[in-house]
Amino acid sequence: MLLSLLLVLLIGAVAWAGSAAGFAPLFGVALPYLATAVFICGMIWRMVYWAKSPVPFRIPTTGGQEQSLAFIRQAKIDCPSTRAGVFARMVLEILLFRSLFRNTQADVRAHLPASNGPGTIYYSSKWLWCFALMFHYCFLLVFLRHFRFFAEPVPAWITCLETLDGIMQIGAPRFFMTGAILLVALLFLLGRRLFNQRLRCISLANDYFPLWLLIGIVGTGICLRYFDKTEIAMVKVFIMSITHFSPVSTQGIAPLFFVHVTLVCTLLLYSPFSKLTHMAGVFFSPTRNLANNSRQKRHINPWNPPKQYFTYAEYENEYRDAMAEAGLPLEKAPDKAAE
Amino acid sequence: MYNAKAVITGIIVFTVLCTAPFWVGLAGKDYKSTGIVLPKDEKKCIESVEFMRKDHMRLLNEWRDEALRGENRVYTAEDGKKWSISLQNTCLKCHSNYKEFCDKCHTANSVYPYCWTCHILPGESK
Repeated sequence: MLLSLLLVLLIGAVAWAGSAAGFAPLFGVALPYLATAVFICGMIWRMVYWAKSPVPFRIPTTGGQEQSLAFIRQAKIDCPSTRAGVFARMVLEILLFRSLFRNTQADVRAHLPASNGPGTIYYSSKWLWCFALMFHYCFLLVFLRHFRFFAEPVPAWITCLETLDGIMQIGAPRFFMTGAILLVALLFLLGRRLFNQRLRCISLANDYFPLWLLIGIVGTGICLRYFDKTEIAMVKVFIMSITHFSPVSTQGIAPLFFVHVTLVCTLLLYSPFSKLTHMAGVFFSPTRNLANNSRQKRHINPWNPPKQYFTYAEYENEYRDAMAEAGLPLEKAPDKAAE
Repeated sequence: MYNAKAVITGIIVFTVLCTAPFWVGLAGKDYKSTGIVLPKDEKKCIESVEFMRKDHMRLLNEWRDEALRGENRVYTAEDGKKWSISLQNTCLKCHSNYKEFCDKCHTANSVYPYCWTCHILPGESK
């Protein structure tokens, strides 16, 4: 946990010191190009790798009654047997995180009225679902809002998003709700790993690192907008020059901006090789995207070796004489088989 | 590769979305400078250029609070000079060209401040 925090701080410090010492083009120009290329190629490599892995059998996780007799009602989304059912399941999974919604928590209680003694109870726990949903949607909105620096003129839908996001009209620059919710949700996701003993036990550096990294990105972003500002007109000129492949001077842009950019680039570089690939992985997960139709269709493993059959007729042909000698019953007597 | 059709479609969609900033940039206009026109008759704003460029919104917000909530109409700048806290009479006296000054950066960066829900847009009053 501390190690990944230190790593994020180190990356930030290197970017800060580097851009303050005059190496801003390195962090602001070279690194973003590299990170974008690595991210796109890395993700494609991941997807091809997954697509090459055969999934011969149906292994969906089922959350309801599978298709059975006509009078037994099937859970069409939780245990789909058709493509339409799988589609509905995937859409709900990707847009609403349906499987997280079913998250339960187990607790050992000293006294349960049901058993009149100690026992384990399971209860619905929606916190993870709630904050995960908040995090992902706010992240998406924040990501989309950044397009104002990449497009000239700014598309109307971005302005519309910003109007909704800043509808509270607090302060100037206007307070955007998504940024704050994003930070709160990230702190929840971190806190849950720190304060839940069971989760803390199974949390590794590669769980903490993306969280700290995202907190770093959101923190520097909020800082750049509300506290230690840099002039966004200049930032837009700079970003547009990058997307036109003719980078301009980084003069006059605050080092904090390059810390923000460097952390985002770290995220891009890190994504294809970490758990953050769930962005593409959710589409490839066979426990979600397969129809549970094992009862209707026979799925044969394609790389099974060819079977060595030895039928009874062949067996009798092989051992007929010996069997006749031992007096065993035969389908064909030796004299008839010779004909 | 299994399910090649779906996977390749997905990869193409992913690549196009990820490179969208470059396509949008190449298809749209370039943005090389803000193109703001500075007031001609005055060379110095109430604070330094760097401060005004990045913090003018914060200053305006503080001015609003000072004037309307604190009833304080005097602002002392860094250099000790005193200014009257008034958007209409202090800021807009020099920055009278709304379209060539405020709008230039604001529109390009999709900033739509709500100054003008109370104040009168300069140039539209008559």
